[in-house]
Amino acid sequence: MAPSFLFSQFMGGFTTAMFLFLIASGLSLVFGVMRVINFAHGSFYMLGAYLAWQGVQWLHPRAEAFWLAALFAALGVALLGGIVERLFFRHLYGREELYQLLFTYALVLILGDAAKFLWGTGQLSVSSPPVLAGSVEIFGTAQPLYNLFIMAVGPAIALAGWFVLNRTGVGRLVRAASYDREMLDALGANVGSIYTGMFVFSSFLAGLSGALVTPIQSIVPGMDVLIIVQAFIVVVIGGMGSFWGTFWGSVIYGQVLSFGILIFPGFSLFSVFALMAVILIVRPWGLFGRPI
Amino acid sequence: MLEVRDLRKAFAGFVAVGGVSLTVETRQIAAVIGPNGAGKSTLFNLITGHIMPDGGRVLLDGRDITGAAPHRICRMGIGRSFQRTNIFARLSVFENVQAAFLAHRGRGANFWARSEDFYRDETAGLLASIGLDAHADAIAGTLSYGNQKQLELGIALASDPEVLLLDEPTAGMSATETRETMQLLRRIAGERGLTLLFTEHDMEVVFTIAAKIAVLHQGHLLAEGTPAEMRSDPEVRRVYLGEH
Amino acid sequence: MTGRRRATLASRIPWTLIVFLAAATVPWIGSRYDTFLASQIVIDALFAVSLNLLLGTTGLVSFGHVAYFGVGAYVCGILMKTYEVPFVLAFPAAGLGAALFALVSGYFCVRLQKLYFAMLTLAFSQIVWAIAYKWNDVTGGDQGLPEIPYPDLDWMSAIPGFGDLRIGDRFYLLTLVLVALSIAALRIITRSPFGRMLTTIRDNPERAAFIGLNVRAYQLAAFVVAGAFAGLAGALYGLFSRGVFADYVFWSKSAEVIIMTILGGMDYFWGPPVGALALVWLNQQITAYTEYWPFVLGAILLVLLFAFTGGIVGGIVAGFRFARYRLARRDA
Repeated sequence: MAPSFLFSQFMGGFTTAMFLFLIASGLSLVFGVMRVINFAHGSFYMLGAYLAWQGVQWLHPRAEAFWLAALFAALGVALLGGIVERLFFRHLYGREELYQLLFTYALVLILGDAAKFLWGTGQLSVSSPPVLAGSVEIFGTAQPLYNLFIMAVGPAIALAGWFVLNRTGVGRLVRAASYDREMLDALGANVGSIYTGMFVFSSFLAGLSGALVTPIQSIVPGMDVLIIVQAFIVVVIGGMGSFWGTFWGSVIYGQVLSFGILIFPGFSLFSVFALMAVILIVRPWGLFGRPI
Repeated sequence: MLEVRDLRKAFAGFVAVGGVSLTVETRQIAAVIGPNGAGKSTLFNLITGHIMPDGGRVLLDGRDITGAAPHRICRMGIGRSFQRTNIFARLSVFENVQAAFLAHRGRGANFWARSEDFYRDETAGLLASIGLDAHADAIAGTLSYGNQKQLELGIALASDPEVLLLDEPTAGMSATETRETMQLLRRIAGERGLTLLFTEHDMEVVFTIAAKIAVLHQGHLLAEGTPAEMRSDPEVRRVYLGEH
Repeated sequence: MTGRRRATLASRIPWTLIVFLAAATVPWIGSRYDTFLASQIVIDALFAVSLNLLLGTTGLVSFGHVAYFGVGAYVCGILMKTYEVPFVLAFPAAGLGAALFALVSGYFCVRLQKLYFAMLTLAFSQIVWAIAYKWNDVTGGDQGLPEIPYPDLDWMSAIPGFGDLRIGDRFYLLTLVLVALSIAALRIITRSPFGRMLTTIRDNPERAAFIGLNVRAYQLAAFVVAGAFAGLAGALYGLFSRGVFADYVFWSKSAEVIIMTILGGMDYFWGPPVGALALVWLNQQITAYTEYWPFVLGAILLVLLFAFTGGIVGGIVAGFRFARYRLARRDA
């Protein structure tokens, strides 16, 4: 196989990976701190996409429309996340995990229909921001500028996240919360606002990634349940609750999907699921997580 | 006879139990005392297979049971109660004890008969002997704390143990309840010929009922002997009984 | 004697027999559409009861129960369509196939606890989905397996009164009998010493180990039994809807059967069938007015989670208790 072909497979896998990282990092953070898989994370992502589309419609002729719309979408979803956490979710913290899982699933149902009601069932699309339209040639392959942008945003968010978690007071509290809730309570930290903050931040990331996906994928109902499965796989591979784990999990997912197609045509989807199962069996806490 | 030989366990570098050896003779009533964090609960969990030891041996009547799974250890004749009350909260009191009989007598794989028809007399008898017959139909989770502790004892006894390990059997009880519980324990241990090993905070209780006392301090065995010996041991008095 | 429930007038009435007989009259007194709905309810009821052996009885939150339903549906569908195996063999094979898969996947699942257990079951169900979706030669891939033949039900004509029944009606009656037998078997299992052991594991796995139970082995056994019956339900569903499709195995279906179970009341054996009845009926009523059924379902779920955790049967039981309490007070 030609090196340029392999390179373009690699780049394709890496773009997928960085997208997934944006989405999965929020899912992983919430899992790490609150010990719940938020199925509605995919719905937040979908809402981010719809809100970005809406924003672009409103701001259409302006050159910076896309960026403002993306910010609007991310903030809007973050606000929604905050409301959901304060009004509903916090009442379920003491309850069994079944109820927490089902609550997030109820959100999936409700938000999915709300989006259909507001934006219909047709496909919507958003064009790339003018600055990032077009492509550049690398190793004889054409790489869309927008993909390169995403490849930069992913690691940037990862670095920022790492910095906040490891070098700031808030980060220490968050890490403490993921280790031992009761200890944090005993220290007098306001666990409630940490949880709200995490949920809001995670929703922000979901909304942002939803907005950023719009130039390369059309917005359709059902994108919520499809993406949550992929994000879930990434988080499982990397280690639930581990930030770097999620990063590497995304990279592995992207490459397995990208090269899996070459090895088992038609079975790349299966190869990712199989990888996830093997990891859950051998290391249920994921490649980079702490043993449970 | 329960023998513990040089049992060791460390958690992430912290030595919880550091080489403890202890022998409890058959039908003896023995107590392990020591301040919080001395390693009493860890010692129990090591004996009953809830935690794998880093080193050392646990022998029951000379048989090595070190590190066996809890359910196997239970079947070999060690019963236990836990520090936090450990009952089946949503089953009735009767069903709690009946379930223990079913499990112990190997009926658990029977999937065709009606479970309520099994061991009714045994269960009723056991409930009467621990004084819970009046509460037989109550849902276990709704019982008073003291009654839950009694029920836990009932569950342990249904497994017909040779050795019974009780982790703070009177924790959280009033003085009267404590006295009654200890009398009950002593009577049952006598009737059934049980070997009893328990931890307890209440020194009065320990010194009245135990024939042998082991003092744990920071994961090590500080001293062991009869109550009289312990009372006069200067080291024990200094470290544990709070005298200078 | 303690511990035995007092026999009241209500408990002497053979409720299950009455419900069964009433359900059996649907083909004669109802429309074709009624039979269609009834088939769906009956199959969902078995699926939900099988799940509840894990959820309500053993305390295991399986978020991938649809995998075993799907395996059963595919095994039966493939055998009957591709290999022309008769139903009498294909049906038990579906249960067996699902049980085998439950044994293998469950072996790994029961080693994990709580949320991790839920996640691994979800992962396995997605693997089944991926296989169903992609393995074109066997499962038909995204086209599925359409036009699975009905089992041969001509023999029913010999029974007086059955001669005029449509094939759909006959299949419904067959389904009803098979489901009733399956639920009866699950009822016996739940009430048995084995079932009692499962409830001790639900309440307190640590203590259950210390009455001498090998907790994982029991959990695995429950998982296999639940998987087998889910497989039988899946087999019937594939025949009922005349085809097996990858959609059946998608993870959201697992959530739906959980909702059904807690809507009826997972603390009660008869909760899940009541939930199946309620959910299918509600779905039918609401979709007549609006296309936003998922929204309504989500709202129902919120009410269940925050205000009504006992489900319908739990509510009825609480209502009766309250009424009895009021009566007792008035008498006193």
